[in-house]
Amino acid sequence: MSQVLVLVELVGGAPSAATAELLAAAALLGDPAAVLVGSADVAPELGRLGAKTVFVATLDGAEGLLVTPQVAALEAAVAAGGDVSAVLVGSSIDAREAGARLAIRIDAAYQGDVVGITAGAAGPVVTQQAFGGSFTVTAVAGRGIPVISLRPHSISGAAPAAAGQVVELDISTDSVRSTRIVARHEQAEVSARPDLKAADIVVSGGRGLGSREKFVLVEQLADVFGAAVGASRAAVDAGYTEHNSQVGQTGVTVSPNLYIALGISGAIQHRAGMQSAKTIVAINKDSSAPIFDIADFGIVGDVFTVVPQLIEAVKARRA
Amino acid sequence: MKIAVLVKEVPDTWGDRAIDPGTKRVVRGKDMVIDEINEKAVEAALLVKEASPGSELTVVTMGPKSSLDVLRKALAMGADNAIHVVDDQLAGSDAVQTSAALAAALAPRGFDLVVAGNESTDGRTAAVPAMLSERLGLAQLTFLRTLNVTGSEVRGERMTDGGHVDVVASLPALVSVTEQIAEARYPNFKGLMAAKKKPVDTLSLADLALPSGDTGAANSWSVVDTVIPRPPREGGTIITDDGTAGTQLADFLATAKLI
Repeated sequence: MSQVLVLVELVGGAPSAATAELLAAAALLGDPAAVLVGSADVAPELGRLGAKTVFVATLDGAEGLLVTPQVAALEAAVAAGGDVSAVLVGSSIDAREAGARLAIRIDAAYQGDVVGITAGAAGPVVTQQAFGGSFTVTAVAGRGIPVISLRPHSISGAAPAAAGQVVELDISTDSVRSTRIVARHEQAEVSARPDLKAADIVVSGGRGLGSREKFVLVEQLADVFGAAVGASRAAVDAGYTEHNSQVGQTGVTVSPNLYIALGISGAIQHRAGMQSAKTIVAINKDSSAPIFDIADFGIVGDVFTVVPQLIEAVKARRA
Repeated sequence: MKIAVLVKEVPDTWGDRAIDPGTKRVVRGKDMVIDEINEKAVEAALLVKEASPGSELTVVTMGPKSSLDVLRKALAMGADNAIHVVDDQLAGSDAVQTSAALAAALAPRGFDLVVAGNESTDGRTAAVPAMLSERLGLAQLTFLRTLNVTGSEVRGERMTDGGHVDVVASLPALVSVTEQIAEARYPNFKGLMAAKKKPVDTLSLADLALPSGDTGAANSWSVVDTVIPRPPREGGTIITDDGTAGTQLADFLATAKLI
């Protein structure tokens, strides 16, 4: 069988949940082979997650360079792998950009924002969403090896454990102009709340919350559900919460099982980021808010009276 | 310094946007506007230009004839001249092909700095800037929320999934900006009048010397097979709070096995 390469991303030194999912997707298409820049220490874990081969590229100072070491590693793995039928990368900004550059370097197709993947007669068939889920598109690579960026929670199941055979790669980034990372300002510890992009439940707040102080209501409800916190662009622009919580056209696109919109009118820009949620609940004072057009359960009312009652009712059911 | 800024026309995100099931492409023609992120990219490029006297800012687009409007908008904001890559044979290009055409237009002009938006609101692939860095051999500083150019050095804060990182590179470089970079200025009357007289260089496929067997929908690397509109959502239950709405919602969630 042909090899399907997976770009490994590590969180706290271990393969990320997205990497495990990519290996599961790779197993649907061929023999999973992990590609990483760093040390071979994680090879046994990658084997457990389904990697038959683990390509390890070592480069001094790689952690201080933006994207180019990962592109070089993928390029070297494609060359070393021989029969490679697809390259899978995650949906982080770094992973997407490494995939995009690789596609140019090896004359390959690039398919971004993929939410489903199956083996087809002429290579992988990918499912993509356009305009925030208003349209679902399937596509194949017309020529070249497809480089595919997969969104989290697109594939269920896991790959069978495999050998995780280490193959060392020789890489260099000397021939490309590089960008150096001089400082990192990233959360050292993972937040207690799930990642917004991958969360099963998302509770979002809008302008209806009224202030940064009152936005805490959104967080309180989210914590009752173990949900991620989102926000409309209006709430972010008003300073109620951080930019990386923004759901919508120019923010994050989410498709959770349950989306609860608090004080969000549901402008088309917001709906483009959440309308593919399985169940949508909306609470808003304004009965003409467009969010109610797509809500499975809508409440015309005040979030500050309805939400505390909801929290009590949920706690009572669990007690 | 020679600066280029990339723009494109997109369907207005405030309207209903669609894909034609026949051509499998974005429906154009109604409510086409300059992408909001492009206005911010133009602003960011103008700030660099203004801080470095003697610089020249060229606004570049690839798109149908109607894209001239978005070029004029950027010229009215303050760009000096424009390049319009326009050819029927480029229609239906995917990101790989778009980056090839833009690279062919940019490469011979030797820009020191290329500025783009991080992600368009129509395709949302967010791949063209990285692809252009690769094709043009430029240092890649993408997803920047701040941008500082001093001498031959480019610095900025790059957004990441977990926060941001500080990045630095030497010119020549390519930058893509996020919507936090700056508020775009409004063109004034003088700018609007001046824009009509600023030069627009029109480039066809022949001018770019791209092989015709590589361009357009018929030769795209990623081939769209099916396009299915999302079925309209079934009308939900909408209630007005009578003092028990929170409890009713808990009941709904329990019935749906969501709690």
